[in-house]
Amino acid sequence: MLTLAHFLTLGAILFSIGVAGIFLNRKNIIILLMSIELLLLAVNMNFVAFSRFLDNMDGQVFVFFILTVAAAEAAIGLAILVVLFRNRQTINVEDIEELKG
Amino acid sequence: MPNEISIIEPVFYLFSGVATLAALGVITSRNPVYSVLFLVLAFFSSACIWLLLEAEFLAITLVLVYVGAVMVLFLFVVMMLDINLAKLRSGFASYLPVGILVAIAMAAQLFILIWARGAGSQVLEYGDSDVSNTRMLGEWLYTQYLYPFEIAGFILLVAIVAAISLTHRRRPETKYQDPSRQVRVTRDERVRLVKMDAEED
Repeated sequence: MLTLAHFLTLGAILFSIGVAGIFLNRKNIIILLMSIELLLLAVNMNFVAFSRFLDNMDGQVFVFFILTVAAAEAAIGLAILVVLFRNRQTINVEDIEELKG
Repeated sequence: MPNEISIIEPVFYLFSGVATLAALGVITSRNPVYSVLFLVLAFFSSACIWLLLEAEFLAITLVLVYVGAVMVLFLFVVMMLDINLAKLRSGFASYLPVGILVAIAMAAQLFILIWARGAGSQVLEYGDSDVSNTRMLGEWLYTQYLYPFEIAGFILLVAIVAAISLTHRRRPETKYQDPSRQVRVTRDERVRLVKMDAEED
């Protein structure tokens, strides 16, 4: 039988993989953005699971808003990435250091 | 019906296993195009798990909006950029131990928390509910969450404007109309009177 803990465990695994992705690919902005998407997916999984088990629609409404904001974030992030690549011919995080003091 | 319940578990384990492997593929594959495709697989498996949780509207939204639009956008950008993959992956092996350590420590803490708090005692049961998930979500969105819903729409508008204004560039050779210059034009700029002798047939 499936319990709430099964779904929360899946969310925890996905979240940990997303955090590991941020550590491992910290030079590649595209993979960093994808790891953030993974983190959001894990959080959404928890929201949906709690919404189902507590019999409360608030969680699903929240997931709806998270999806909206994540789509906006991805669009703006990729636009910045395209402009960055057009100007600098690189997406390596270590090459973007003009603001360093 | 015990038969229906017993098939739920293998389905859950299948989809969650696929989602986990796909997530691992996202962060370890050499080519970013493969990463995007693995992320699509992870999103799709998660949507199937949301269907198990009777969140049908969000599951379909995840597939249509996320896989259909956002991931295609990612794929588009990844294929458009000509990047040097070897240089970007140079630190991968040196960050591997600490990355795995942090991930395992975090996952272990979360597992302890989840299973110690008794979340394992709440069993998933399917009742005879004839209320549509989409209808319920809509009722909540358009009544109690109407104001946040409008703000979400505005955020999307801002995202559209920001993305276009960031990436738009005016090329000198493109032809375009400038209405303010069109309005300001005077007769002298357009009409030229030419004096000439009358001709005979």
